[in-house]
Order: sequence, then structure tokens, then C-alpha cells
Amino acid sequence: MYSWRALIGQTLLYAAFAAAIGIGSWWPPYQHLAPGRALVKLSMVHHGERLGECVALTPEELAQLPPNMRAPTRCPRERAPVTVEVDIDGAPAIRRSAQPSGLARDGAAVLHERLEVAAGAHRIGVRMRDRAGEEGFGYSLDTDVTLAPAEILVVDFDAETRRIVLR
Amino acid sequence: MSWRSFEHALDRWFPAGTNPLRHLGALACLALALLLTTGAWLFAVYDSSVAGAHPSVSALAAQPLAGGLVRGLHRYAGDALLIFVWLHLLREWALGRHRLFRRATWWTGLPLLPFLYIVAIGGFWLAWDRLAQYAAIASAQWLDTLPLVGGGFARQFDLEVPDRLFSLLLFVHTGVALLVVFALWFHLQRLARPALWPPRALALGTLGVLLALALLWPVRSGPPAELGSAPLIASFDWWLLHLLPLADATPTLAWLAVVAMLALLALAPLWPRAPAASAAVVDAENCNGCGRCVDDCPYVAVSLVTRTGGDALAVVDADLCAACGLCAGACPSATPFRSNTRLISGIDLPGSTVDALRLRLRAQLAARPAAVVVYACERGAGPSTDVAGVDCVWLPLACVGQLPPAFVDYALRQGATGVVVAACEACEFRLGERYARERLAGLREPRLRARVPTQRWRIVRAAEGEERQLTEVIDGLRRARG
Ligand code: HEM
Ligand code: SF4
Ligand code: SF4
Repeated sequence: MYSWRALIGQTLLYAAFAAAIGIGSWWPPYQHLAPGRALVKLSMVHHGERLGECVALTPEELAQLPPNMRAPTRCPRERAPVTVEVDIDGAPAIRRSAQPSGLARDGAAVLHERLEVAAGAHRIGVRMRDRAGEEGFGYSLDTDVTLAPAEILVVDFDAETRRIVLR
Repeated sequence: MSWRSFEHALDRWFPAGTNPLRHLGALACLALALLLTTGAWLFAVYDSSVAGAHPSVSALAAQPLAGGLVRGLHRYAGDALLIFVWLHLLREWALGRHRLFRRATWWTGLPLLPFLYIVAIGGFWLAWDRLAQYAAIASAQWLDTLPLVGGGFARQFDLEVPDRLFSLLLFVHTGVALLVVFALWFHLQRLARPALWPPRALALGTLGVLLALALLWPVRSGPPAELGSAPLIASFDWWLLHLLPLADATPTLAWLAVVAMLALLALAPLWPRAPAASAAVVDAENCNGCGRCVDDCPYVAVSLVTRTGGDALAVVDADLCAACGLCAGACPSATPFRSNTRLISGIDLPGSTVDALRLRLRAQLAARPAAVVVYACERGAGPSTDVAGVDCVWLPLACVGQLPPAFVDYALRQGATGVVVAACEACEFRLGERYARERLAGLREPRLRARVPTQRWRIVRAAEGEERQLTEVIDGLRRARG
């Protein structure tokens, strides 16, 4: 019922369709990390310190508030941004500062950075500041690590021990 | 090279209307149906826990004829679906079918694209092998770069992954897949009788290719995900995952590209402005409320309302009307045998009325008695010199579906030697040729009277450029009358 030309043509087209799917669905491989490289991931979700201390309200100020809102102190909710610096082998590698989340800026600051390094031994230095007006860094860590190819080293902050940790 | 010439080239290989380029929407439906059935099977065996996910999927390889085949079909039907959908979009756009009365169909097609990408990428997470790990982290990192999202998705994968993450991933994949089905239903709301299934030969061919791939090139899981190290991926599905490498390289630009693409596609129907042909108009005096035009309108543009007296009356939504005239072809009051001096149909195209058609027919038959009358779609074979030979009366129509079948009878009564109804290569309004054939064959209202001798008329398909074939049909009718 089909002519020769139609049969050959259809076979060709179906074969091309099969090849396109078969090949495109496997090949070429995608290398998102070159061989011999490793990853350092800065990954922190951290609440910065509150920007200000609670202040006691004067009796006049209290009187101006509606009766159901007369709390004796007012505490600012806004938090400080969190700043992190990472050095690899003494050279600056990451410099990041994140604002607290939330409309009132009272949530946690989220830092997520990916850094490719050569596999092998490195000296890694991490510093974190979570207080407004602070000059230096409240937390720091300096240590030697050896990274296997493709290894992922996570730089995190442990809220319980209040220390920068590597995982 | 235009899209049309491309399609014509393929017509030679795929005769009798089986050209895949003319059935891309239906092929996409076929792929989607395969995905849903194989997906249900996979859903039943999937274990949505950290420890169970990878083994439950990779175990399918142990039963190559059942599980392996199902998994292969699921993956390759996914690849095929994305290919079909992009080609479908490209074709409708290349043929200018994104404008005017098709606007709503175009716009409701668009959300299907992001939904399909979400389902596709989400599907790869579930196997929880090294590729899944890459897909999950890359998409989480990409999401984190969106403003207002707040970040923190990618961090999930720097900690211990909880079991509920897999329930969530499974929910995203299957939930958005159901959203696709719903969006498809929405997409087809403005089309009467959409072609949801490709012709059998094409369906079998496509199914054959996917089955062969699943058997010869089975889909296997890679080694299980291991969050402590970056996945080195042995193979990559570029059809379904191509956005992720782009997002890796430049997340912001990738978002901009996605948004710009969708915006461009969404705005395409508005510019350049195309002039709309005048919509069909109802004449209340001649409408008896039978509802045939409602049944036959391919774009769901006609509905019935109740008049003050309680009878039904057809009304046209002009924005949806394609000016195809199929409604006039369906209306019982459009028969040329009515004795009025002016033939007024219950519903008609103001730019090309049945009255004008009857007048032209009479005038031309008076000038050339005993000619063969050709009612031809204006998109098909044209009245070139060889066709417009002596004994031929040429009457162009918006679509062959515009012709009330009694016009065939009427032309013969007026002395025509024979009548040819000539459709174009592929009905612009999807259903016109089909309705014309069914009406002439007595299978659809209004029917051509059975006593009209079948050897006196023909319905044929004659594309632009096929004038010679059409001439042969005309000559055949002429010879049959001697
Ligand atoms: C899952 C994805 C999709 C499926 C399964 C699908 C399926 C279909 C089907 C079955 C038809 C009816 C064809 C006919 O009856 O001849 C159709 C028509 C149409 N589709 Fe889609 N479609 C999809 C996505 C899209 C997209 C993304 C667009 C463009 C943005 C689009 C634009 C159109 C247009 C403009 C028509 C109208 C054609 C006409 O009126 O002649 N579709 N689609
Ligand atoms: S011309 Fe008639 S059949 Fe065609 S779209 Fe308009 S109302 Fe519907
Ligand atoms: S087909 Fe004609 S008579 Fe019947 S509802 Fe439509 S316009 Fe009225």
C-alpha cells in the first residue's frame, strides 16, 4: 500500500526520531565539576543579633498606647546582617553578607555559596560577624583540610555550640 | 524554507494524512497518555524514603520485560513529549495560528510549558541516583537565586535529607503531572472535537520507536546519591534537563531567558496585528433554534439563548469566530431551493453569503450552461487557466464546510453537468472537510438528498499546485455525461 519511496522515507524518519531521543537522552555526558576538583559549600542559616536592646517606655509613652498594647518595654525586632569571609590557603575566596529574611528583617540570614577548589590539602579560614557595629568577627575557624576529588566540604554554623563547623 | 514546504516534503513519505507534522498536538497527547499509564505503574512500586527510593527504582532493571520496559517507556515518552510540544508550538506559530480566534488556545497552551519542565526535572530527582542528586541540587540552587524565595532550598542537601523530602518530591512530580492534564483540558476548551489521537499508522509507528528504545537501550539507575561528594554524571538527558546546565552557568540569566521566552510567546498574538475577517451573523427571523450551527462550529463560537417567546436562538461570540462558514453550511435555512428573492440563512458570513453564492451560481450557469460546477476552498487548487477551461464554473468558498449540501443538488437542477467539491490540503478550520464529506455522504445533518445520483458529483482534496489532478476529476464527470 505504501510506495517504496514512502517506506524508505518513513523508515528514515522513524530512525532519525529514535536516534534523536536515544542519543539526546544519554549523551554527551555533562560535567558540572571538572576532574580533580572539589567543592567548598558555605551553607548557613543564621539569626543575626537584634539591632537594639529593649527599651523601657516612659509612663507618658505608655499612656499614648491603646490599653491592650501597653507592654512596659519595646524590643526592636530587626536583626543584624550576617557577614562571612572564607579564605583558602590565605587568599580571600568568599566575601558575603546576607540580610535577615522577612519583611521586618527579623528572620534568619541565608548564605549559600559554592566554591570550586583543587582536590588536595588546603588551609581554610572562616570568619563570621552577626552583630551590628562590630569591627572584627565574633566567630572564626582556621584549620587544615584534605579534600578528595569531588568531595564536598560544608561550612556551617552550629547554633547549639555556637561555633563554625566543617562537615 | 517555509514550514509549509517542509510539511509538503514529508507528505510524500507519509501519504493519506499521516504526516506527523500535521498531528503534533495529537502525538503530544499520545506521549502524555503513555506517561500517565507508565507513571501509575511506577507510582505503585516507588518507595518514598531516603533509604528506599534508589533500591525501589533500580530494582526495576531486574525485571527487564515488566519494570524495565515501563521505566524505559516512561523516560522516552517524556523525551518525545517535550519534542512534540515544542514542534507543535513552532508549527502553530509558523503558520500564524496563534492569533485572533485562536488566541485563547495559544495562551492556554503556554502554561503547559513550565508545568512540563517542572514535572520532567522533578522526575529525575525520584530515582535518587547520582544524576538525581545533581538534578535536585542544581534546581534547588537555581530556585534559591529567585528574589523573595529566601534561599535555603539547596541547604536541604547539605544536611541529612529527611524522608519527608521524598514524599514532597513525589508530590511535586505527580501533582504537577495532574496539573498538566488539567491545563490540557483548559487548552482544548475553545476547540470542538480536538484531534486527541494520531492516525493509527502514526500512533503505531511512534509507539514502536519508543518500545524499541526501551528494549534496546534500557534506562538504568546510576550509583545511589551520596551527599558528601559531588556527583560525576555518566549520562545526561539533554531533552529534559537542558535548563539545568544553563542555570548552573548563569542562574540569573537563565531566569531572565525563561521569563523573556514566556513573555515573548505570550505577547506574540498581539503583534503584528492581523485583520480579522467579519464574524458570522445570525438572522433571528430565519433561525429556528435547531442548534446545528452550535454542533458544527469548530471553535465553540455559537451558543443558543432563549428568546422572549421561549424559542431558542443562535448567538455568535464574534471574538471567537473564525469566519469559516461551517455554521452556514449546517443551517437548514441556507438551502438554495427556498423561493425567496433573497436567500437569507439563519446564520451566515457577511463577507460571503449563501445568497451571493446562489446569485453567482445562477449567473455563471446562465453564461455557461452545462458546465461542471466547482465549489472550491479558496486555500486549495486555484482556477488556473487549465482548470478554468470552457465548461467550468468556479465558486470559491471560505471552506468546503461552508457549502450547504443542497447546493450540489441545486447546481445539477440548474443544468450543471456535474459538481466537484474541492477541499484544500488540510482543513484550516480542522473540521470543515470532514463535515462536508459527512453531509454529502448523508451521515450528518444537513444531508445531501439520497436521490442525487452519486456519479454526478465528487468531493476531492486538491492542494494549491494540484490543479492538474483537479482537472482530471472535472473531465471525468464531463465524460461520464458524454
Ligand atoms: C502538553 C502540551 C500540549 C498538548 C498535548 C497539546 C495538544 C493540542 C491538541 C490535541 C490540539 C488540537 C489539534 C487539532 O484538533 O487539530 C491543539 C491545538 C492547538 N495548540 Fe496545543 N498542545 C499542547 C501545548 C501547546 C502549546 C505550548 C501551545 C503554544 C503556546 C499550543 C498551541 C496550540 C494552538 C494555537 C492550537 C490551535 C490549532 C488550531 O486551532 O488549528 N499547544 N493542541
Ligand atoms: S463562521 Fe460559524 S462555524 Fe465558523 S467559527 Fe464562526 S460561528 Fe463558528
Ligand atoms: S443552524 Fe441555523 S436555524 Fe439552526 S440554530 Fe443555527 S442559525 Fe438557527
